[in-house]
Parts: sequence; C-alpha cells; structure tokens
Amino acid sequence: MDATGLELVAQRVRDGVGENSVVSTSFFRRQATLEVAPASVRDVLEHMRDRDEEPWEFLSSLHGCDYLPDEPRLGIHYQLLSMERLDRINVKTRVGVEEPVVPSVMDLYPTANHQEREVYDMFGVVFEGHPDMRRILMPEDYEGHPQRRDFPIGGEPVLFTYNEKKLPNWYG
Amino acid sequence: MADVKGASYRERERSITIDIAGDEPIIGTDVATGADLEPEHELMTINLGPHHPATHGVLRLLTTIEGETVTDIKPIIGYVHTGIEKSCEDQQYWKAITFVERMDYLSYYFNAAAFCMAVETLLEEEVPTRAQYLRVIHMELNRIASHLFWIATAALDIGAVTMLWWGCRDRDMVLDLFEMSSGQRLHTRYFQVGGVFEDIPPGFERKTREFIEAMPARLDQYAALLDRNEIWLRRNKGTGIVAVEQLLELGVTGPLLRAAGNPWDLRKAMPYSCYEDFDFRIPVGTVGDNYDRYRVRLAEVRESLTIVEQALDGLPEGPWITSNRKVALPPRHELATSMEALIHHFKLVTEGFRVPPGEAYVPIESPRGELGCFVVADGSAKPARVHMRDPSFVNLQALAPMGEGGLLADFIASIAMLDPILGGIDR
Repeated sequence: MDATGLELVAQRVRDGVGENSVVSTSFFRRQATLEVAPASVRDVLEHMRDRDEEPWEFLSSLHGCDYLPDEPRLGIHYQLLSMERLDRINVKTRVGVEEPVVPSVMDLYPTANHQEREVYDMFGVVFEGHPDMRRILMPEDYEGHPQRRDFPIGGEPVLFTYNEKKLPNWYG
Repeated sequence: MADVKGASYRERERSITIDIAGDEPIIGTDVATGADLEPEHELMTINLGPHHPATHGVLRLLTTIEGETVTDIKPIIGYVHTGIEKSCEDQQYWKAITFVERMDYLSYYFNAAAFCMAVETLLEEEVPTRAQYLRVIHMELNRIASHLFWIATAALDIGAVTMLWWGCRDRDMVLDLFEMSSGQRLHTRYFQVGGVFEDIPPGFERKTREFIEAMPARLDQYAALLDRNEIWLRRNKGTGIVAVEQLLELGVTGPLLRAAGNPWDLRKAMPYSCYEDFDFRIPVGTVGDNYDRYRVRLAEVRESLTIVEQALDGLPEGPWITSNRKVALPPRHELATSMEALIHHFKLVTEGFRVPPGEAYVPIESPRGELGCFVVADGSAKPARVHMRDPSFVNLQALAPMGEGGLLADFIASIAMLDPILGGIDR
C-alpha cells in the first residue's frame, strides 16, 4: 500500500458507500490510515470486505485510544489485513465522549467480539448491535473506563482481606 | 448493559440443575424462559477454573455440560488484569519496555520487540543489522523456550508427568543462554529502542551451538514418548477440530491456524527484522485437530533451531545499537571524557527521548500468533497509548468452537493445545 493506493481505496469507498463516509486519509511512516465517519464504519468495512476490488478479509486487530485534549476524543482503529496481497490498512473513526456509539462489526468479523468488548470496557465506546456488550477485563461492577486519559493512574485502594468489607462496591 | 442472549452469566452460574436428593426425577430449568426441561436434556453448569492447573493461569470457563458432553463454553477473563497498558502511559518509552515484557510472560522477547519496533517506526530509527540478527537469535530461542514450556504443561494436563520434567529441563538451557546475554532468565529487557542492550558475551555462541546440537535428540525423545502414546493419541487425534474458514473469521493466527493447513506466518509473509535472510520452512497440519497442533509446534522448534544456527553463522560485525545519541545511551567510557555524552546520558535517563506525534501498528509473529503493538505518540517522552493485540486474547475465542460437542476430557486437551497465556490475555 502506498499513498496513491490509499487514495484509490478512499475513492472507491466514497463511490460505494457515500460521499461523506470518508473523513480523511493519512499516510504516515508507510502505514495507510483511512478515517471514516463513525456512523458509516460498518458500511465501509462491509464494502471493503465484500465489494471492493481489493478485499480485506481479515480483521487483525481492533483497538481504541483517547486523543485527549483533541476532539472528538475517542478513536477506534480497525487494522485490516489482506493475506493474499500481503497488505495492511488501518480504518479509524473518532467519536466524542458524550455519545460514544459506533455500529458493531461483529457480524462481519466475528473476531471483533472480544476486542469490541475490550474497547467498551476501557473507553466506554458502545458498539451497537454487539450481542453481548459488557465488560471483559475489569470487574463487572467497576465504575468508569480506565484507559481514558482523564482517568487517573493509582488512587484506587488495593483490596486486602482486612479492608474488603470497607471498600465500596467490592463486597456484598 | 442489557444482555440480549437472555440469561446473564451470573444467572447461568446459578443454574446448576442437579438434584442432590436423588429420589425425584431430575428436571432442569431453562434459565431464559423458566420452563422445565425434559429430564434427558438435563444440563449442568460448572466452573472450570479460575484456579486450576489445567486452565494455564487464571482462566475461568463457565461450562455447560450434558453428561460428559460440553454444550456451551463462556470464557471469563480479567483475573490477572493489571493495567499494564495504562501504566505504560505513565512511563517514558524506554521504561515502558519493562512493562510490556510482563504481558505474555512466556514470550517476553516478542513483546519487547513489538513495542520497540513500533517506537522505532515512529522515530524512523534504523536498527543495525547486527542488532536485527541478535534480535532474531533471541526471539527464536524464546520461541523454543515458549514451545517447550507449552509441551511440558500440555502433556501434564493429559497426565504425562515425565514430559513436564523434560520440557522444563530443556527450557532451562535456553534460560541459561538468556542469563548469559542479559543477566536475567525471565523478563530480560534485552531489546532496546534502536537495537539491543549489549553485545553477546564470549562463549554465548559456543553455548548456543551446543544447545542447537543437543536439541534435536531431545525432540526425538519427546516424539518417542508421545507420538504413539495411547492416551495422548486418544485425547488428541480428531478432537478440537475447527474449520480453517472459521478460524480466520475468529482472527486466529499462529500455530493454531497453521495446524489447520493455512501456512500464514508473518516471518515469511511480511518479513521484519531481517527474517528474509534466513531459510526456513513453515510446518502446516492437515486435519487441524489437537494432534496436528502438537506436531506443528514441535516442528516449529526444529525450524527455529535452524534459524538460530543460520543467524549465528551469518552474524555480521558492527554496532548492536543505533549510534543516534538522542535515542540510545552513549557508551559508558565516553562519559568520562565527553561533555556531550554526559549531557545525552543525563537527558535520556531523566527525561527520556521524545517521539514525534503519530501512531503506528507493528505486528510480529509470536509463538502464539500475530502479536501487534499499537503505539500513539503525542510528541512527549511518554506514549499516549500502548495497545497490544495479544494473540492469546484473540485466539481464546476459538476455544468454544473447539470444545463444543466434544467430551469434557477432550476439552481439557483443547485448552492445552490452544496455549493461552493469561498474562497476555488480561494484560
């Protein structure tokens, strides 16, 4: 994938999904990134998996990040891989923390199941249409989304036998 | 969040429908609808783990069984979640290496390599060839150590205690080598941004060649012990089969995918770190059952041995870390004579190096599959986000299709053959 190839992919996505689906493209350190509108993520990935002339059949990773202080804050990255063309592309979308909702791609790529749950757990992004949207790594009664940049490191009391009854939300 | 599947796992947990008294006919209750089940459809929900040796750490599996047949598996993870990714955001780049190594604790060289390569991509830092070769040597030795520990514990799950001693005995030889080159046996922190920490010491090459010499005979011993072992074959032949299409949909990579016949290996497909210089083969399976997974991993050990040998043969002379003083520490002896070296040393140790803003995703082939490191830099000396695409975390999703419909005892073998490392899953 080079910068020209990325523009061609972006143009095909615009033609296939809609003019407003692609927000921007960037080619940085030889890695191609296609930023798309959050509402059309699923349509774009469906297009890229099924209808594009260069299909991307494998979702190798899905991760979130927090761009604080930039707006919109949260980013969701879909690292697509083509095992035939030996190529990768990063599809990313950005949502604000006020309404962090993007459509789930689990029906397109079943591997997204655990990874979408992890992004929900860590960043609070709700994937609409995911059949089992609940926390995966943090305790189920945990409050907050710890990977957000405004979530402090530390400050959480360590659970021991002597203090477990005094700590809120842990015992009983 | 509402659970559209009906019963939340807390409810499922309570749905143990066995009748202790025994004089009444056993009638289970369907948790979702509340209706009585037919007696012959009686299901029992049991917890496998989290604290059980066969779960390879603290993996908890909420398993529904009907008699001896597994009908449903729900993995519940997070018991060793320590927030390493969050902690990395509070560390300078060169200090975060220590953290990422502790994710997948059996393949620490790979974690460090993925992270360092991601940071090098952001810095556009060239790594000297000798450093690339040294990285390959250590990564392949680490792959051998990881597979040896896997065979030791996997065979233990099926009852072959001898294999535990043999696997750990031979892994110890690799750990001795790690101790020689870095001073540590585990979590060596040998890889640095821009190269490796130190050149290999005198005697390392000789000891490594001795290991390469000794290992094939050991692998033959394993094969003699296991290949025609009745229990081993009964548990592994024809069990845990998942179609290769489903594995790809689930994002499974590594030996699991190769055992199903797909020769996808990043070392060959998209070479990094000078892997294109080495001549090695990709072992693949045919059926994709647990036995193939075992054979593929043992064959990979043999291939790794040849890679290490080739890397030792072709090890070029030269620096083992980049000469860019903005990234790598100056040699110790320069500090006494050079003011600039002293300043660089001071800056690196106190502030660390700054990385220009941007984001990079670098995948490498770990013993368990594609290990990707995603780093977002915001221009400061600390990463804004470090995310590891851990192969165990993704591969774990294949556990349910591997076990469902089979015997519970075969399912234990399938867990072992999946080779999940909970430190990597929970991070």
